[in-house]
Amino acid sequence: MFTVETGSGFWNPIIWAIAIFVAFLLIYILRSFGKKEYKKDTEQIKSFLSGNPEYEKEKMHVKASNLYWGFTTSLKGLYTILRRMHTGNTSDYVLWFVIILAIFLLIEVL
Amino acid sequence: MIYNIPYIAVAALVLIGLYALVFKRNLIKLVIGVVLIESGVNLFLIILGYREESIAPIYTSSPGGVMSFPVPQALTLTSIVIGVAVIALMLSLVIHIYRHYGTLDVRKVRRLKE
Amino acid sequence: MNMPDYTIPLVVAIPLLGAFLTPLVSRINDKLRNVFVIIVLALNALLVFLLASDILTTGIKTYVFGAKDLTYPIVRILFEVDAMSIFMAIISSILVLAAVTYSWAFMKENTGLDKYYTLILLLTAGMLGMVFTGDMFNFFVFLEITSIASCALIAFWTDVGESVEAGFKYIVISATGALFVLFAVALLYGQYNALNIAQLSSVIQYTFLDKIALVLLIVALAMKAGIVPMHMWLPDSYGSAPSTISIVLVSATLASLYGVLRVVFTLYGNALSTIANFDISVNVFIGWFIVALAVISIIVGVTMALIQSDFKRLIAYGAVAEIGYMFLGIGAGLTALGTAYGRTALNGGIFHIMNDALDVGLLFLVAGAIYYATRERSLDRLGGLARNMKYTTAFFIIGLLAVAGMPPLNGFASKILIYESTFQLNPILAIVAILCSILLLAVFVKVFHSAFMGPQLPKYKDVKEVPRSMLFVMGVIACIIVFIGLFPEFVINNVVEPAANALVGYSEYVSQVVAGGI
Repeated sequence: MFTVETGSGFWNPIIWAIAIFVAFLLIYILRSFGKKEYKKDTEQIKSFLSGNPEYEKEKMHVKASNLYWGFTTSLKGLYTILRRMHTGNTSDYVLWFVIILAIFLLIEVL
Repeated sequence: MIYNIPYIAVAALVLIGLYALVFKRNLIKLVIGVVLIESGVNLFLIILGYREESIAPIYTSSPGGVMSFPVPQALTLTSIVIGVAVIALMLSLVIHIYRHYGTLDVRKVRRLKE
Repeated sequence: MNMPDYTIPLVVAIPLLGAFLTPLVSRINDKLRNVFVIIVLALNALLVFLLASDILTTGIKTYVFGAKDLTYPIVRILFEVDAMSIFMAIISSILVLAAVTYSWAFMKENTGLDKYYTLILLLTAGMLGMVFTGDMFNFFVFLEITSIASCALIAFWTDVGESVEAGFKYIVISATGALFVLFAVALLYGQYNALNIAQLSSVIQYTFLDKIALVLLIVALAMKAGIVPMHMWLPDSYGSAPSTISIVLVSATLASLYGVLRVVFTLYGNALSTIANFDISVNVFIGWFIVALAVISIIVGVTMALIQSDFKRLIAYGAVAEIGYMFLGIGAGLTALGTAYGRTALNGGIFHIMNDALDVGLLFLVAGAIYYATRERSLDRLGGLARNMKYTTAFFIIGLLAVAGMPPLNGFASKILIYESTFQLNPILAIVAILCSILLLAVFVKVFHSAFMGPQLPKYKDVKEVPRSMLFVMGVIACIIVFIGLFPEFVINNVVEPAANALVGYSEYVSQVVAGGI
């Protein structure tokens, strides 16, 4: 019912779920050893930016385009190629179709 | 050789249609490219059903002799009807694109890219 | 349960008739129309499920239109439904039903909804026809019905330039693809004087012209399934269409994928060797070609999704990567047809069709919910929505984990089958697949961070949770995702395995028509 045989192994969500449950239980137990110093409506809820003033909300939120900046910059070569590939031109879409058709025809017929 | 002329016409129509789709800039010409491919394929279907010296396959008024094959003609009729719908839809979209973009140049109609 | 044979055409005919009745019903009352469309599709889904239970127990069913006693079956159309067809039909009917129920609240403020519902019903008829038909020309006709209806739906918001542009691109691509399909059908017809898939399959010689027809069919249908580098229309159209249409389009795309499967495994089943043979043979050529395209799809889909800032475009690139996974499983299964792991790969690929449809569908619905609540599509301008939209956030997390293949959700169950079997074919394939799966998680974590996390932005202070009907639809799909995740073996044994058997055992499909005297 639960176990999927993959040929070289198996996958059972129930075992996984039990493992995760145990892990969360451990986390919870460890967490309960912590100190309970948190107080609502005091200075504690304010964000601390090394003494700098807090910006407005919109500036504090990291925008989607800025996430993974390092990743995209280090793969700049790949992304230049990919951006050049995605021209948005309808003719190019058909051109890619023709190219793949030609390649496949050559492979298949030869 | 003479028997191959229709097939050469089919290849020519399809290739010219693809050429128009790939290299032409005007959206209307792109639509014409699709129409050309469609005509090529339809012509191909029709000549598949043709037999030498054959007449139209209408049984009730047949003078006798070889009839060309009716199935491809039925297929072609269906294909033509579908083609009309596709082309009407395409042209109506071209009109809308012209309203929004003010141009029919395919290289300028690309706000959606990357 | 034993269903009569006429259930098969009924499944296609009900949405078709419903489509033409919708404008009339719409004249009476808008609410009545919505109820009518939901009832029609629910009835249809019920029929599909009943038919499925019948076919999975008793085997292939056929229905012949027109003359029944012809000795030489050429001139008639027949529907032939096996486990694979019904598998696709189940997916389509679930997704369409979800889309229509979701539309009630989502599309409320739009005009022209009678046309919208008519087109959705037509699209449903087209998709179900594509998966049910046993005739190549009829397949082309349904393919065109599907493309025309989807194109009109993509361009439904004609007041937005991008939608119209996407619609135009889609129709150019699909018209070209469909015409090449017709060309291939004509090539086959000219040689064998038959249009019936089963009959063609029994006589096919794999001549030079057959090879050309095979290439035309595979490439044209793969383009309609959105495989890289012919995928560019897919983010455009998924991204610009209304969210409800994106989810219907997912299943229309998968119907084209079904076309590829049917062509390779059934139509050319004769030419495939069913014994594991890694010398140069048809399997290896086509298989490796599909695997190569699939790997490129996975890589390009994921890397392009990473830099998107439009919510739905990002999901669409994710969908491209997911299609790559399906093709990876199927291609690996084709290359190693006859071996045990080839079989596992095929199972994984087919199972992933279902999982991808549900996962990507759920994500599109969440994107729609966010658009509904904030009227904003750019991820750069969203933020902190988890505070206002708790349920949507929960559904998004489920969709995110499922699509990225995190255990214990359904995406993982099919992906592990693909990983472990492709590893035996070539370890590099599995490594790329796993790495890209991790990247896919990163992509959706980015969405999660930028749309749901972060400080509450002042402009979204008054954002409310979406209406209950939309939450209900998302909840149902999320429940199905969790169910498949927890009971993968149940689904594989009951639905996926018979579908894979139906593909590999093409001779059964053929003998139903050719030797069975139908």
